[in-house]
Amino acid sequence: MIKGRIHSFLSMGTVDGPGVRSVIFMQGCPLRCAYCHNPDTWDFSHGKEVELEELLQKVLRCKPYYGENGGITVSGGEGLLQPEFVAELMRRCKQKGIHTALDTSGCVTGEAAEKVLEYTDLCLLDVKFDNEEDYKEYTGGSFEKTMEFLELLESKGIPTWVRRVIVPSVNDNEDSVKKLAKIIKPYTCVKKVELLPFRKLCTPKYEMMREQYPEQASEYVFKFEDKESCPAEKAKALYEAAEFNL
Amino acid sequence: MLGSFKEWEGFVGGDWQNEINVRNFIHLNCKPYDGDESFLSGATERTKNLYAKLEELFKKERENGGVLDIDTENVVSVADYAPAYLDKENELIVGYQTDAPLKRGVNPFGGIRMARSACEAYGYKLGDKIEEEFKYRTTHNEGVFRAYTAEMRAARSAKLITGLPDAYGRGRIIGDYRRVALYGVDVLIEEKKKDQAKLQYVTMDQEKVTLAAELYMQIVYLGELKKLAESYGYDISKPAKNALEAYQWVYFGYLAAIKEQNGAAMSLGRVSTFLDIYVQRDIEKGLIDEEDAQEITDHFVMKLRAARHLRTPEYNELFGGDPMWITESIGGMRENGKSLVTKNSFRFLNTLYTMGSAPEPNLTILWSEQLPEPFKRFCAKVSIDTDSIQYENDDIMRPHYGDDYGIACCVSAMKIGKQMQFFGARCNMPKLLLLALNGGYDNVSGKRLGPQMEVYQGKVLDYDEVMKRFAIYHKWLCNLYVNTMNVIHCVHDKYAYERVQMALHDTDVHRFMAFGIAGLSVIADSLSAVKFAKVRPIKNEQGIIMDFEIEGDFPKFGNDDIKVDEIATWVLRSTIALLKETPAYRGAEHTLSALTITSNVVYGKNTGATPDGRKAGEPFAPGANPMHNREENGALASLNSVARLPYDSCRDGISNTFSITPEALGHNDEERAANLVNVLDGYFHNKAHHINVNVMRREQLLAAYENPELYPNLTIRVSGYAVNFCKLTKEQQKEVISRTFHEAM
Repeated sequence: MIKGRIHSFLSMGTVDGPGVRSVIFMQGCPLRCAYCHNPDTWDFSHGKEVELEELLQKVLRCKPYYGENGGITVSGGEGLLQPEFVAELMRRCKQKGIHTALDTSGCVTGEAAEKVLEYTDLCLLDVKFDNEEDYKEYTGGSFEKTMEFLELLESKGIPTWVRRVIVPSVNDNEDSVKKLAKIIKPYTCVKKVELLPFRKLCTPKYEMMREQYPEQASEYVFKFEDKESCPAEKAKALYEAAEFNL
Repeated sequence: MLGSFKEWEGFVGGDWQNEINVRNFIHLNCKPYDGDESFLSGATERTKNLYAKLEELFKKERENGGVLDIDTENVVSVADYAPAYLDKENELIVGYQTDAPLKRGVNPFGGIRMARSACEAYGYKLGDKIEEEFKYRTTHNEGVFRAYTAEMRAARSAKLITGLPDAYGRGRIIGDYRRVALYGVDVLIEEKKKDQAKLQYVTMDQEKVTLAAELYMQIVYLGELKKLAESYGYDISKPAKNALEAYQWVYFGYLAAIKEQNGAAMSLGRVSTFLDIYVQRDIEKGLIDEEDAQEITDHFVMKLRAARHLRTPEYNELFGGDPMWITESIGGMRENGKSLVTKNSFRFLNTLYTMGSAPEPNLTILWSEQLPEPFKRFCAKVSIDTDSIQYENDDIMRPHYGDDYGIACCVSAMKIGKQMQFFGARCNMPKLLLLALNGGYDNVSGKRLGPQMEVYQGKVLDYDEVMKRFAIYHKWLCNLYVNTMNVIHCVHDKYAYERVQMALHDTDVHRFMAFGIAGLSVIADSLSAVKFAKVRPIKNEQGIIMDFEIEGDFPKFGNDDIKVDEIATWVLRSTIALLKETPAYRGAEHTLSALTITSNVVYGKNTGATPDGRKAGEPFAPGANPMHNREENGALASLNSVARLPYDSCRDGISNTFSITPEALGHNDEERAANLVNVLDGYFHNKAHHINVNVMRREQLLAAYENPELYPNLTIRVSGYAVNFCKLTKEQQKEVISRTFHEAM
């Protein structure tokens, strides 16, 4: 019996991949992005343990809604931290004709990643910044690692949507998005780029986490508390300016 | 042959010419359309001007407290008023209920008290002439109260059974108004006379005597229907000869019905595809073009938007927003797999653009996975833009009702012209559970009802013990409920029989008796709490259970969790089985619905705290909806729980009202429409019955709550129908705002 640790099962989402999708938020993430809107998925000991079979049944009950282009998206947290579980879930879904998407920061490579990508129809890859310093400062992850992951996607020919959160006064400039365009230009696996405007709705989540886990209160500080939300038009304008070559 | 009419030239002939058989006519003549909406025309100048005049009256009506004017001196009947117009030169379709648009007539046959108090509520006084006349007449309301037993009165006044049609017309009957256009009234009269003649060969028992008297009245009132048309200068004794006449003939049929009856739900049936045949013929002959076709449709729909009944404030509390449930069923498939979607299906939906969104007519899509994709896409677009339409599962109804049924009210299917129903409101299931726990003592009204026993004694509610008690009260209530309905409908037939509507039915009609339950998710969650968590009853000084303490978590309806969904299913199955133990009046077939309209607010108000943690007086969720904000797994899980409820046990309908924000449905309009189509396909594939779709943000409603005058046309689907949000009571508005809105994460 395969078990995994998830934060939650959201039966319907339409913003993480194409069509109507069920989103499985995996529990646990190695990154600590300053603008993360799911801090409750960070700690691997939180969340709940589920049996794969049980989760699969829930997914199958939603299958009639997926239509021709929907399916499941494994998000998080970081799904690649539980490769056996995620790979098996995706394998079983594909067996039933369900489209699978992986929403990841690309911070895990090697065998674990290979295992999951074997059953991944679409990857939503966050390319958060374009240099090591920013990665270190704002995410705790690595630019190099992310690019290594993109390389892997390219080599496997897995259709990929590159995503980036646009945060005012951090990366909401043309220079930054043009760099992104340049970085991804060589990769033919990239089919789409989504610039997601940062929306400051997560303050209460951080407060809730501090309340629930007072001993970890210092970890749950919302680092971008002082930032404003990014207007949707701004993200749109940046998209135009970037001239992504897709 | 029923006749040989030149009006039928150009139609494919068949059985419909030898017998009253509209379905056959449609099947032989309708041209399915599987294209998209690009052929549609907008509103003509004439339509715009006319509608502006009507909107001006709507505004005056609102400013006047909800009623524009009342004729307090005359009893409305089919043919008693002089013709009325809004703008005689420019109205393509004519006819109002009284001598002026939006002026409400008095119809005291259901109950003189209701008529009197409705007049008073709006600052009028019922005329002396009517008061005098009705001193010597028995109304339906008086008749019912003569026959009610003490127990029926008690259950009614404790609000265990509420919303009963015992003070006004019962409604929920759909005349086959298409027959007027296809055959003309003279053929209909001749056919009824043939049925009358057959009665001379049978033994005259009570049923047959009743039937003979009814047939007599039907024939008289078909004559009245002709007179109504005559007063507007039309001879409808013969079939309609073109599209404009077909719309007008159908409307005269409907108008006669709403003049004669003030039933809660006065539904239209399934006329759009029928009328398309006439439009198509005229277009092919070059008599009209697309713009004309839309114009006629717009003017017809405008008349429906102007239909009014006089109601009391108490009635509005149950059924908020002044609804008439002029339900029109659109789309659906034929039994042979062909589609019944025509260009007129699009034209009717298009009225929500040509004249803006509106709650009436209650446009209802009969959804099938097989419907043409462009039509599905257009419906979804209309939902997203207007929040004015609802969807019902043709694929699960067609096996029961064939392919020429319509929806009465919100969710009640019936074969048009062949089946009717006795409307039965609903009983309060959570209250029944509390009654069982308190041994027959109602902790809200302080009344004793049903079997009397000790209050539940244990410190913690034991599931088996609770179920044992519940079974006793459940059986008692179901028997009482059927008997109460039998009284109401026997008396209604006697004093307020629907003469015009039943004249537009086959003489040998199949009857349903439609029962209902309120608070399905509350009782399911309550029993789930008792079963899976620890529930301690809290008693007052008199030893009556008034509240509950819940320890631990329990599965809640709306999360696609079979453990609790099964309980909800059991409630439906056991209720219909118990109802069937008591025979229904006139051999009617018992059916059940999970539908509350807006009465979920009133039901909640009259129900004490429940074991699921719901506080005393808090509203129930509407219809079969999960309780607000107990859904933890998102939209599809919520839909799946409702889809699990068995239609076979709940054949009068399972209503679900679904609100989602635009963002949660996709990035842009195109994506949203595509996703909504998939959601509807999935939901109905999983055998769900009904859904109201609202695509809106809570903030929009909050803004309208604060400044209603700025949002006169904000339309929202509530429970099987749509309303102008600003016409709801403040309490109802608050409840609608508190409902779950599925949002993007």
